[in-house]
Amino acid sequence: MKVEIKNIHKHFGKVHANNDISMTIQPGTIQGILGENGAGKSTLMKILSGFYQADKGEIRLDGKLTRIKSPADAIKHGVGMLHQDPLDFPPMPVIDNLIIGQSGGLLPNRKVVRKQFEDLQARFNFKIDPDAYVDSLTVGERQQLEILRLLWLGAKVLILDEPTTGISASQKEMLFATLKILASQGMSVIFVSHKLDEVEQLCNQVAVFRQGKNVGQAMPPYRTPQLVQLMFGKSMELAPRIDSTSCDVLVHMKDLAVENYRLHISGINLDICKGEVIGLAGMEGSGQRLFLQACTGLRRTVGGKLYIGQRDFTGKPYHQFLNSQVSYVPASRLEEGLISGLSLTEHFILAGEQQGFIINRDKALKLTESRIKDFSIRGIPETRVESLSGGNQQRALLALLRSPLQLLLLEHPTRGLDIESSMWIWNMLKERCKTGTAIIFTSSDLDEVLHYSDRILVFFGGKVSNPLNAGSTTVDSLGQLIGGKGWEN
Amino acid sequence: MNEIILIGLAGIIAVAAPIIFATIGETITERAGVINLSLNGTILLTAMAGFVVSVKTDSLLLGFLAGAAIGAFVALIIAFTSITLKQSQVAVGFVLTLLCRDLAYFLGNPFMGLPGPRIPSLPISGLKDIPLIGTLFFKQDILVYLSFILIAAAYWWIFKTRPGLMLQGIGERPAAAFVRGANVNRMRYIYTMIGGALVGIAGPMYSLSAKAGWKGTITGLDGIGWIALAITIFGGWNPIRAAFGAYLFALLQWLGIVLQPSFQNIPSQVLQVAPFPLMILALLLVNIGNTEWVDRTLAGLPESARRFIAQVLRALRTTPPASLGTPFENE
Amino acid sequence: MKTMTKTSSLWINTGFRIAAIVLALAFTSIVLLLSNARPFEAFANIINGSIGSSKGIANTLVAWVPLLLVTSGLLMTYATGMWNIGIEGQITLGAIFTTLALRLMQGTSVPPTLAIILSILAGILGGALWAGIVALLKIYGGVNEIFGGLGMNFVSTALTIWLIFGPWKRPGTGSMSGTEPFDTSLWLPQLEGLRISLWSVGIGIVGLLVVYFILQGTYFGLKLKAVGKNGRAAFLLGVPTTRYIMAAFLICGAFAGIAGAIQVTGVYHRLIPSISSGYGYLGMMVAMLVNFQALWAGVVALFFAALNIGSIQLPIVMKIDSTLSGVLQGALVLFFLLMEGARRTFLSKKRGK
Repeated sequence: MKVEIKNIHKHFGKVHANNDISMTIQPGTIQGILGENGAGKSTLMKILSGFYQADKGEIRLDGKLTRIKSPADAIKHGVGMLHQDPLDFPPMPVIDNLIIGQSGGLLPNRKVVRKQFEDLQARFNFKIDPDAYVDSLTVGERQQLEILRLLWLGAKVLILDEPTTGISASQKEMLFATLKILASQGMSVIFVSHKLDEVEQLCNQVAVFRQGKNVGQAMPPYRTPQLVQLMFGKSMELAPRIDSTSCDVLVHMKDLAVENYRLHISGINLDICKGEVIGLAGMEGSGQRLFLQACTGLRRTVGGKLYIGQRDFTGKPYHQFLNSQVSYVPASRLEEGLISGLSLTEHFILAGEQQGFIINRDKALKLTESRIKDFSIRGIPETRVESLSGGNQQRALLALLRSPLQLLLLEHPTRGLDIESSMWIWNMLKERCKTGTAIIFTSSDLDEVLHYSDRILVFFGGKVSNPLNAGSTTVDSLGQLIGGKGWEN
Repeated sequence: MNEIILIGLAGIIAVAAPIIFATIGETITERAGVINLSLNGTILLTAMAGFVVSVKTDSLLLGFLAGAAIGAFVALIIAFTSITLKQSQVAVGFVLTLLCRDLAYFLGNPFMGLPGPRIPSLPISGLKDIPLIGTLFFKQDILVYLSFILIAAAYWWIFKTRPGLMLQGIGERPAAAFVRGANVNRMRYIYTMIGGALVGIAGPMYSLSAKAGWKGTITGLDGIGWIALAITIFGGWNPIRAAFGAYLFALLQWLGIVLQPSFQNIPSQVLQVAPFPLMILALLLVNIGNTEWVDRTLAGLPESARRFIAQVLRALRTTPPASLGTPFENE
Repeated sequence: MKTMTKTSSLWINTGFRIAAIVLALAFTSIVLLLSNARPFEAFANIINGSIGSSKGIANTLVAWVPLLLVTSGLLMTYATGMWNIGIEGQITLGAIFTTLALRLMQGTSVPPTLAIILSILAGILGGALWAGIVALLKIYGGVNEIFGGLGMNFVSTALTIWLIFGPWKRPGTGSMSGTEPFDTSLWLPQLEGLRISLWSVGIGIVGLLVVYFILQGTYFGLKLKAVGKNGRAAFLLGVPTTRYIMAAFLICGAFAGIAGAIQVTGVYHRLIPSISSGYGYLGMMVAMLVNFQALWAGVVALFFAALNIGSIQLPIVMKIDSTLSGVLQGALVLFFLLMEGARRTFLSKKRGK
């Protein structure tokens, strides 16, 4: 289906989120949309998929002027959107997930739905059990399910919003292959991302957004520096790796075992040096989070021993880890990291040492002001954390960490942040390493894992690889391990 | 002797009927993501109103309709304040619990102890003479028959029909339901009011049948609504499991009455509260598997014991609809 | 410019609050008309019965003290996001423990002042114990505090009745009028000819001030609020969440226990079946009406106490039930919640434009 977008404007209060955006997507092509967070990509996609109405401008589908009133209306016109976090119903079976939203009589015909689903799966070589519960699927499989569902409902335009966040390299490859098949069958695919390499690898055409405007189009062969220039309005370089030479052992794990109701990981043997960065790679739900939580006492280990700085921490509770200079930064900032409704000052009071019984507000205010400056947080001490932007929330979380630290555990430290913020945050973290802090982090961004880690652990279905030296590992070999290849030993 | 037990069991089925109406009403409401905490007040108010309307109009049907209408109206207030005005459902529900109770006592005061109509028993010819089953199930009144139908119908609707699957979706993840074309807030209004109407039928079922009449504060209904709410949790938001809970509760209540002669030095008021510790115990059983310390303790046990206990706890455990109690805004 | 918007939003807030009061009065008037009573006569009687005489004022204060104590305690549990509906049972247990202590010390050589102080401490223990059970069930059993608390309320009622008709029954036969009254030396000292004790008023006011101070100025208070707003994040930041929830319940239970103790030593001088008098639930309504802010709790509690006292004589004077006060109180809170929601919707719409 041919999609024409003409002179779209959208305001949110004073923010001009989409400023006169136009573009045309021919059937059978994959259109990339590249831009930083807040560049206006998501707003345009939400207009196209019926979440928002444009203030001005028009959308033509196959030449016909179309008003898309709601997401359900969008799919009727053939426009389907795959959200970053697939919008499905985790505790319900796959088949029920398909039926919900399908129009029809009072009683759904499950037999027919099942048959149609299996036929669709065969086209893309997907293998999802229609009777499985969605919460037992990986994020990659849930994306596959959503794509199938949208196709089943008659989507001819498929919008994907940052789809590679949270899926493994092999699932990414599978996704890209699928999208290419779809395009070859005449679908239009719109691929939204802030990752240059993905867009370059996949798209027939790329539009770059900056500050609400479509600032440029590019066709293959792409020139990376040109795209970067368009995205940021300036050129940028990544920080160099810092190599540590001698090893002063800080963390010692011996036959460590952790489990939850789905996974059982055992036999983890690892020594971590002071100042070292360990990256954890793997598909979402392969056990990285489990391992990270075990390292901070949030989950009790079921076997083996854990020593930090020569002290036995096996089976100790979280707060004992915290008081021994082990800190944990969760992935979801507003759900687990910060407290909505409290100000920055109140956060610094909570995170700091309690002095006496009565709060010294003046002192707390001074401390907050200096931290805001040191961590360049855009806000004032009275700002409530929920009104900070994602990048500033992450800065605030790092500002809350105590000093000094022995061990710092981070989940997806730069997820959803633009490149500038990510680099700033990693500079901050590397500064900590210089003081002897060891870091363990998870990320679904392989480049981030490869670039910032000294050593890497790969997780796959309850198995953990031996530590890989990041300097001598490639994206390819890492991707294979994550996808379950090369484990025979 | 067997005959006596059989009649007792038939009585249990009758006693459970109003609780089934209330519990299934609440199950439907909560499936949509809304908590109607006002049950205890609603049941008292509709018991009083149903009785008064029946006495004044001499029509049982109008009494029940009045109950349903009031139940739906109370639910509408909860829907409006929580869905449209985004106030805490627990706060509004709690206030309505007290307000409806006081309204019942205040407005019902002049009608205390008046004689009123009672719903007649309606044995079903042909079925009532089947041994055992006939006495148990088919010598009841019409509302008891309706309670059987309600259990099956609610189960069928929620798990088998297309709108029922959408209902589950609305309570689990309203954003995903919205993308699939549901008008989430309108459906929440509708299901909250349907649930409220079912709760509102439970009230007159007491004042026009089981505990006939209106006796103000000594009517003995105070607390039933809370039991129904607890059974909704115990029932894991599944009508059949909820009905099982209601029958179990009625059985225990009956045992309390039957066994009372053996505990003569205990005042009857003490035995009357026996259901409440049992309610706590039941909630403890279905929830303890969700607690963090159990998880931690289990991790320290040897593997076989750990597996076994985890399985038992998971079988007992119930999980509420994920968006229960939270308002929905599409962006 | 800034002050302009401030005053205008103040007017808007006041407007919505007044609307809530007017609507609640209108609703109650309709209810009165439904039962063939004249609304103005009823309201006049309530005012007259509560503040129309020095006796009325004294009785209002008698009701105010436990209500104030209970509300103060509830502000702590509300801060942690907990609905301590079990507060009724906590008052009752406070009363039972106080009665027990006084029974043990009555007629012994313990000086009366010390006996009263010890009995109030016993009441604190009883209230905190009952609240602690609810908190344990919540923290270690996953039982929602609403259901745990409610169940414990019914258990406490049964316990009271069992005591009154069983082990503590009056000489002869037990009756609903309660246990045998204590010796006057064990009563909280009262003002001449009135039922009110200035000691209890003092305890009530100090209680509210303590809670206000804790919530506004201390680490403890801030951590309670952090737990209430986001328990998981508070835990990760180092707040021992379960301990703070437990502490909030214990403190609230202690306040309820004092209220129960005052009901015994200062008001009824014995244990009666409904010793909590519904002050627990009423305190929850007061806390909601002041939007969980300590500052206004004293005033609103006084108003609710006056409504309770003023409506006592309604059955005699107008032949209508005294639950009218409950109807008016419930309507006030309901319409306050409605208007609060309407105000926010109105303001966010206005800001959107």
